[in-house]
Amino acid sequence: MVINSLPVLLKGTLVTVELTILGLGLGFLIAVPVSFAQVYGGRVARLICSLYERTFRSIPLLVLLMLVFYGLPQIGIRFAPFVSCVLGLGIRSSAYQSQIFRGAILSVGKGQTLAALSIGMTPFESFRYIVFPQALRFSLAPWTNEFTIVLKDSSMAYALGVVELLRQGSYIISTTYEPMVIFLTCAAIYLLMTLSANKLMGYVEKKLQIPGFETKEVSH
Amino acid sequence: MIQVVLKIEDLKKNYGKAEILKGISLEVKKGETKVIIGPSGTGKSTLLACVNRLVEPDHGRVLLEGEEITSRNAHKMRQKIGYVFQDFNLFNHLTALDNVRIGLIKVQKLSKEEATQIALEQLSKVGLSEKASLYPSQLSGGQKQRVAIARALAMRPKLMLFDEPTSALDPELIGEVLSVMIDLARSGMTMLVVTHELGFARTVADEIIFMENGLIVEQGPPALIFSNPQKDRTRQFLRKLTELYGEERIK
Ligand SMILES: Nc1ncnc2c1ncn2[C@@H]1O[C@H](COP(=O)(O)OP(=O)(O)OP(=O)(O)O)[C@@H](O)[C@H]1O
Ligand SMILES: [Mg+2]
Repeated sequence: MVINSLPVLLKGTLVTVELTILGLGLGFLIAVPVSFAQVYGGRVARLICSLYERTFRSIPLLVLLMLVFYGLPQIGIRFAPFVSCVLGLGIRSSAYQSQIFRGAILSVGKGQTLAALSIGMTPFESFRYIVFPQALRFSLAPWTNEFTIVLKDSSMAYALGVVELLRQGSYIISTTYEPMVIFLTCAAIYLLMTLSANKLMGYVEKKLQIPGFETKEVSH
Repeated sequence: MIQVVLKIEDLKKNYGKAEILKGISLEVKKGETKVIIGPSGTGKSTLLACVNRLVEPDHGRVLLEGEEITSRNAHKMRQKIGYVFQDFNLFNHLTALDNVRIGLIKVQKLSKEEATQIALEQLSKVGLSEKASLYPSQLSGGQKQRVAIARALAMRPKLMLFDEPTSALDPELIGEVLSVMIDLARSGMTMLVVTHELGFARTVADEIIFMENGLIVEQGPPALIFSNPQKDRTRQFLRKLTELYGEERIK
């Protein structure tokens, strides 16, 4: 039965993966400028960005999804369930990712930038060649963590009727009446994906490994 | 004609209400080494940082070989001014070699081969050829500071600024850094050095500048300042320094 249900579950898995990648990607695109503004911006920009970050870290994802899908149409903005989920996941993830990037940039230390400027680099070159490569390494571990969180939380798309892994599972259950086996299979697929994600990022981290960067990590 | 490399004119800097520099003027001629001493919080670091515009002064001018340094041309002018920090500030993600050559490659746009050759030359001058492939975390403090000096020298600066280059070092590592600096001074480099290593000052300084509360209190050749300072404050400060540090770290 597990074998029989696999093709359908894998179809759901594909949607889960899409939700995760698009959500993470959207989060990344928003998080980069937000974290920059928080580190390098003026007082107003910093204030706005930290408000943004705090707000979206405090709203439960499910509430955010409801707001986007059911709330926004009231003011005339309507999204399909899948798009609503990507937006919800992306906005919330952007709050966490911006915190990760901000922490990573700040942990590089002012002295590095001063030294870069002192040999004649422009502020942009200092960031590109000195700050960014170090911040990247500081952000990998917490970012991997965020990756798996978005992956798992994409299951909340269930609530808006998006046919992802979990909902495919429950469709199968409605005809087979085997919730234990099917949900366990879903759980196993999530586990497998999370492990692979960690493995992949672990590999990237290893590739970028440099003496002196082993222990420092940004808290999430 | 003796060429003036660095000219500072009536430099002032405030942080909020606090006047940190209250009008500093000084000159360093080609090949000269001038040493600035003075109590903590006096504005010595601020003065050096104002020279290459890591800190923007509120008033006054800084000229390098007659050309004024402004916030507009700062990043060009900084290439001609080597800066050595108290806490090294080596680029943590780069090897010693890459620390020294990154400026040559990214700023001066030299080819990798050319940059590598210059960088290795500079590393060997500070006695660290063997450590070229090591990362900062694998170097001792003294070695880090010598790499930092090589990094600054690789850019072929007209002027070297040192901000207490040995005060973050364990006593047994100070000598190796000072000896590099002494060689450099003797080789004709123009240097402005904040340090409390009086042995170094006595050995190579052409002039000692005693600064306090944002002003130059007294300046003159080491022989005069050390044996017969004109101001009581200078005398008191030197006595305190000698008690704190002992005097001769250089043989
Ligand atoms: N960015 C800043 N904002 C506010 N005050 C500052 C800043 N930088 C330095 N100061 C203040 O300026 C004063 C002079 O600092 P500076 O570092 O130039 O002194 P210093 O002579 O180098 O002292 P030390 O021997 O301790 O290095 C200090 O009182 C310091 O607190
Ligand atoms: Mg200082």
